[in-house]
Amino acid sequence: MNALDSMSPISHGADWDFDLIERYDVEIGKVASEFGLDTYPNQVEIITSEQMLDAYASSGLPIGYPHWSYGKEFIRNEQAYRRGMQGLAYEIVINSSPCIAYLMEENTMATQALVIAHACYGHNSFFKGNHLFRQWTDAEAILDYLVFARRYVMECEERKGAEAVEEVLDACHALMAHGVDRYRRPAAPTLKAETARLAAREAHRERQFNDLWRTLPERNAAIRNDATECFPTEPQENILYFVEKHSPKLEPWQRELVRIVRKLAQYFDPQAQTKVMNEGWATFWHYTILNRLHEKRLVDDGFMLEMLKSHTNVIAQPAYDSKAYSGLNPYALGFALFSDLRRICERPDDEDRAWFPEIAGSDWHKTLDFAMRNFKDESFIGQYLSPRLIRDFHLFAIADHAEESELVVDSIHDERGYRRVRKLLAQQHAQDVRVPDVQVLRYERDGDRSLTLRHHRRRGRPLTEAAAQVVAHLRRLWGFAVRLETWDGETRVGDVVECAG
Amino acid sequence: MLHLIDRRPSSRGRSAVNRERFLRRYKSHIQDAVKKMVGERSLADMERGGEVRVPKKDISEPSFGFGRGGDREFVLPGNREFVAGDRIERPQGGAGGGGNGNAGEGDSEDAFVFSLSREEFMQIFFDDLELPNLARTEFGRTEQKKSVRAGFAKTGVPANLAIVRTLRQSLARRIALGGSLARELLALEAEFAVAVAVGEAQRAADIYEQLERITRRRGDLPFIDEPDLRYRNRVWRPEPIARAVMFCLMDVSASMDEEKKDLAKRFFTLLYLFLTRKYGEVDLVFIRHTDDAEEVDEQTFFHDTRSGGTVVFSALDLADKIRAERYARGWNVYVAQASDGDAFGADPARSARFLREKLLPATRYYAYLELAPPHSGDHPSSLWAEYERVAEATDNLAMRRASERDQIYPVFRELFRKESQ
Repeated sequence: MNALDSMSPISHGADWDFDLIERYDVEIGKVASEFGLDTYPNQVEIITSEQMLDAYASSGLPIGYPHWSYGKEFIRNEQAYRRGMQGLAYEIVINSSPCIAYLMEENTMATQALVIAHACYGHNSFFKGNHLFRQWTDAEAILDYLVFARRYVMECEERKGAEAVEEVLDACHALMAHGVDRYRRPAAPTLKAETARLAAREAHRERQFNDLWRTLPERNAAIRNDATECFPTEPQENILYFVEKHSPKLEPWQRELVRIVRKLAQYFDPQAQTKVMNEGWATFWHYTILNRLHEKRLVDDGFMLEMLKSHTNVIAQPAYDSKAYSGLNPYALGFALFSDLRRICERPDDEDRAWFPEIAGSDWHKTLDFAMRNFKDESFIGQYLSPRLIRDFHLFAIADHAEESELVVDSIHDERGYRRVRKLLAQQHAQDVRVPDVQVLRYERDGDRSLTLRHHRRRGRPLTEAAAQVVAHLRRLWGFAVRLETWDGETRVGDVVECAG
Repeated sequence: MLHLIDRRPSSRGRSAVNRERFLRRYKSHIQDAVKKMVGERSLADMERGGEVRVPKKDISEPSFGFGRGGDREFVLPGNREFVAGDRIERPQGGAGGGGNGNAGEGDSEDAFVFSLSREEFMQIFFDDLELPNLARTEFGRTEQKKSVRAGFAKTGVPANLAIVRTLRQSLARRIALGGSLARELLALEAEFAVAVAVGEAQRAADIYEQLERITRRRGDLPFIDEPDLRYRNRVWRPEPIARAVMFCLMDVSASMDEEKKDLAKRFFTLLYLFLTRKYGEVDLVFIRHTDDAEEVDEQTFFHDTRSGGTVVFSALDLADKIRAERYARGWNVYVAQASDGDAFGADPARSARFLREKLLPATRYYAYLELAPPHSGDHPSSLWAEYERVAEATDNLAMRRASERDQIYPVFRELFRKESQ
């Protein structure tokens, strides 16, 4: 008998109260730090189902600016909920410091504990640890920024009228997916650094000076002139940023609105890129933490049964031909990936040693922590999807090619297919599969001020009809003609979508 | 460290503003839908909320996305029978739900459907409508007075005596006036006891006399005195008349065919809904007439059929009688009449005269809806011609003609457009 056995469960039954939630949180927090989870401070808010619907409409943000599309979202969710077509999430958590999690009052005590472990320790530590969140979001500042954004939008509405604001926001929302930086923009050099750089370059040139160079005939002068006329010199993938900085007609308040939408898009982007990992990580930890609580006899068997029921619901993965199928369940895939990773560390078999020689048998805490910090969905799946998981999920790849009259099974869960399936599943979570590659190609700064976008078509996949509407929205922001060209490699193909100035 | 906040009591309906924005943005769609509902619905369930369908293409938020075509691969779970190289017929409606975004669009329909609450339905239904002249009545005529509480007064009739308040006053007065006497009594009693103990008989007698006097004085303090009395005070405050009575007159004679009756019924239904919603206290009087008029209940009015000739005068006469009998003072009287105007002989002239001389002066607003047969052109009835002359002389008679079901709503709107005063 060890000391743990003498502990008694924190509570019995389904009822919860505020003291109990706090006591559960203390115990869950102890286990979490036992496992080395590093988190932001937690803030838990108890809300009603109606408030949960409110939160849905604004992507969980506690403060949002008013916009009709949130109303539409609210109506859609409310109706689905009223008609019983959709349940509500147990929780919503947002990436901020303190990390805010919403708990529904209808939940039982076991569910509340599950949610605390899931959101307040799982998601929270992911937000704090994952490199995408660290690099692109500022958890400390987001709440203040939201307050600012809301106030600013409402002020604009007062001064300029709700319709004018709505027009700008509609246009920005249409381009939200193209308002995200994927690579750090270098900070503008300070005057001192810039002077030093110029001086160094000058010194270098002086050292290399040779009067002979002057006597060479000047080649490519014409080409270089062309190049200087082309603006931007490189295609720009952040269209909203380009609009904000270069739009010839935007008024300052409109520019600020573009910026607000762009900032929010940037804030949400890591969540879209880490859906599987994020949910998988949180699910893995609520499962692990609550099992540990059970081991410590802090929760009773009834609690565990209820927790397991919720847990298995969450990680169910219906087959592709089932009625319940609605895509790969990120909870299921993510949970399986992290659990499997732990298994590979703790109980590797020969296959694992062959596939993952560097982690088979290693310390699972460290391995999981490394995986959580340094990957996104695409690379995480590409790195860690094991043959065993491919078999467990019966994953198979379908090729849908335009010139084929039928679909072809590309590969399945067999020896020849493992790597191919893994690669394809990873690609499926890649950025360029989710969002078409549309970039700003040219801005006729000295001409008619028109803006040309380039859709870089890959593998013949066209844009939807909605592209014309997006171009019309962009035209509204830009103020002059906007063109959308489609390029396949170096050749232009298809019709140009144009919205005249 | 957990920071636990109970948000339940606060910030309910945070999305209300967004919902309202959504409704505003699609107002034209919603108004069309409401108009259509009014046309289609049976009278009985007019007051429900309703479903509004907005075409998906009008409501979508566009963004760049991948269309159909080109080459792609996708991974699915749950393979049971396939091996690499198998060929599968392309499923109808695109290539299954690939693991990404496409899956969520499975429920795509051609319209975004949502329901209006009853409140919202009525809001749009009665948008900008106001009972004519009611506002003016509220501030113009203050005939009615209402008795309201106004604290307590020192004078009043015995029936209004506020006993508790009076006793409180009396208690206060007795404490104030009797306090010093009580203290004196106590002191004297002590002195008296000392004097008795010491045996100074003379002094004891003096003190006793003083004691007697003071006790008497204390006894003289009245339990209730004139200044204590408090009376419940009520004052008469002029009360605006927001009560209205609506007389609904309908011709159910033989010349009113089913279609016309249906139009009339719709007109009244709209009035009825409008009144019951807008004004807390609205009485409705239903009078139907053929060659004689009778007052009926709502059910009979709308749903019972009867036939006979047409004497408009009978209905006007009955309406005026009922008005004088029940709604003589303190009511805004509104009359709505629906008829095909198919009156004969002396009746139109007589009715018009009665209207001008007796009914209109006592009425805030009189609305006459003439139900013309479809394609009747601009050929007004004899009653219309007579009424028109009356309308020229007064400003509280309004007349409109309608022949189609979907004209009812605009007519109604026109009649009761909010006065822009």
